[in-house]
Amino acid sequence: MNDFTISLRGLLRQVAGWMAVAMAGFCATVQAADSPNVPDTLQQRIAACTTCHGVHGEGTPGSKFFPRLAGKPAAYLLRQMQDFQDGLRNYAPMEYTVRHLRPDYMREIAEYFSAQQVAYVRSPAPVVSDAVLQRGAQLVNKGDPLLKVPACASCHGTELTGVEPSTPGLVGLPYDYISSQLGSWRTHTRATVKPDCMAVVARRLREADITAVAAWLASRTMPAHTRAQPAGSVEPPLPCGVLGATGEGA
Amino acid sequence: MRWFLRAWLLVLLAGLAGLGWVLFGQPGQRAEVVLTGPVDAAMLADPERIANGAYLARVGDCATCHTARGGAPYAGGRSIVTPFGSVPAPNLTPDRETGLGLWTFADFWRAMHLGQGRHGKWLYPAFPYTSYTHVTRDDTLAIFAYLRSLPAVRQVPEPLGLDYPYRLRSTLAAWRALYFGQGVFQPDGAQSAQWNRGAYLVQGLGHCNECHAERGALGGIAKNARLTGGQIPVQNWYAPDLSTQQNGGLAGWSEQDIVDLLQTGQSAKGAAFGPMADVVAQSTQHMTDADLHAIAVYLASLPPRAPKPAPHSAFNVARIASAGEKIYLERCADCHGRDGNGVAGVYPPLNGNSAMSEPTGINATRMVLLGGFPPATAGNPRPYSMPPFAQQLNDSDVALVVSYIRQAWSNKASIVRPEQVSTYRHTPID
Repeated sequence: MNDFTISLRGLLRQVAGWMAVAMAGFCATVQAADSPNVPDTLQQRIAACTTCHGVHGEGTPGSKFFPRLAGKPAAYLLRQMQDFQDGLRNYAPMEYTVRHLRPDYMREIAEYFSAQQVAYVRSPAPVVSDAVLQRGAQLVNKGDPLLKVPACASCHGTELTGVEPSTPGLVGLPYDYISSQLGSWRTHTRATVKPDCMAVVARRLREADITAVAAWLASRTMPAHTRAQPAGSVEPPLPCGVLGATGEGA
Repeated sequence: MRWFLRAWLLVLLAGLAGLGWVLFGQPGQRAEVVLTGPVDAAMLADPERIANGAYLARVGDCATCHTARGGAPYAGGRSIVTPFGSVPAPNLTPDRETGLGLWTFADFWRAMHLGQGRHGKWLYPAFPYTSYTHVTRDDTLAIFAYLRSLPAVRQVPEPLGLDYPYRLRSTLAAWRALYFGQGVFQPDGAQSAQWNRGAYLVQGLGHCNECHAERGALGGIAKNARLTGGQIPVQNWYAPDLSTQQNGGLAGWSEQDIVDLLQTGQSAKGAAFGPMADVVAQSTQHMTDADLHAIAVYLASLPPRAPKPAPHSAFNVARIASAGEKIYLERCADCHGRDGNGVAGVYPPLNGNSAMSEPTGINATRMVLLGGFPPATAGNPRPYSMPPFAQQLNDSDVALVVSYIRQAWSNKASIVRPEQVSTYRHTPID
């Protein structure tokens, strides 16, 4: 009986010893998890951006909305953040997110996304009739002289991959994003430095044209090269404030 | 029910307006102003006074209301939205037609000190003269000299958007009787000069109490409510208790923590967000070290009030907290730590953070939904940010994780229900 008691004590002591070792190990693990290791990188700092726009600015095709930022001209991206700050471009989550960023930081963020080279992932495009797609192709590549709408390609580049320094590419954008932007220019919830040439173009379109342009752009095959064209390689048909034009516009 | 309430308010206002009339004279009469010494052009042109005025206008955060987004500073063009309608913030530049070009200093003093406009009409209290009345004449003169020095910008103010009957200026006599106490700040001889400077800044130009106290049905703050915390109308963020209260107040904040938050937008105890991010970005980050320390000394001296009883809940709090903990470990712990202590200088702690344990749960709910950056300041020019979870978590998940955070570690606040999350899902911009 006495032996049993002693051996039980010994056993308890042993168990307690092992438990102490185990606890020490457990605490060390918990300690490690308790103090997260945070890399000092821009990518880590801008988690608020990458949740929707992707870690490399690839967009989130599953959302069918959030636009790709990768490879867009840096001056364009910076301009958009400033327009959200100034209330020219209205989208509450973006206005809230960039509200208190300073110009240097916004430029750094713009340059980060502009420099990213990452494969395009397509968003699903809506099914529309061939006639609608043809109308879209006509507007994008040739424009409509009757409506005084220039071809998209006349500013956004022959392959629609954008033009340095301030004209964004139109390839690989979700249908919902393109159509909502064209709608926003018409309803005065997207604007930029005057003269705002895109507002002029968007207001000249017929309502059905928005679907046609957005559907054609969203379903188009990717060009082989997706980099923006060099500065000065296009002659814009309308005066654009973002491209340095002054005055009240067309 | 709504019309009944409105009708009742109308009767109450009419009664109070009558009472105000009898007690305080006919609104519209120009109040007597005692000016000690004349103000001449040379005084207004004094560069030192103008520079001081520029600083004091920053302390008063005048530009935030009196500047349209993307517009010329102090030129107005923006309206302040209240539960009673919107009130345009006037043009403060010296334009003769649309700004303060024709104002004398006596007019300006009457506005700041008495809440009375140039032609004698009472000003709507969207303009916080309830606080600015505490500002000294010298400081008011410096601000006036600075505003006179700005380039004149022609900008016609937006139209008044107040609902009936609130737009009737006669009702303001009653409002003032209830909520306005006129008087320049009087130093407390028993306290240090530093404490008095802090009290002066907090109660006067800083106008902290305008957000950090509860507003009643008529939009006023009870005269004895001092920095007790309150929900900001329309914006619907909660401005926390600034006394040394436990769980939701500044208990445990050191003087340096308070200075850090006001100067850089973040501190060892929490970061600035929502409307306070605006205040830090536009105003407090530009204040001198001496003034920030004075504010900290004053706030750290405010005694806690009697603690409220722990909130009761008909829900199974333990089950909610455990389901919330699971989400916390998946989504939040990588940055804020399992222990909720955050990462110093990078991610704010959630443990003991007054923003997490304020009475309503609005702040924590909105932070989870919106994420975002703390204000970029000279002291923290490239802040780390938080992802928005609005797209990833449904109302129930947000309620669970916020409830967990509000009850974990040293936090002892009430749980949040999914219906509350749904109320605050939209993104506030102004």
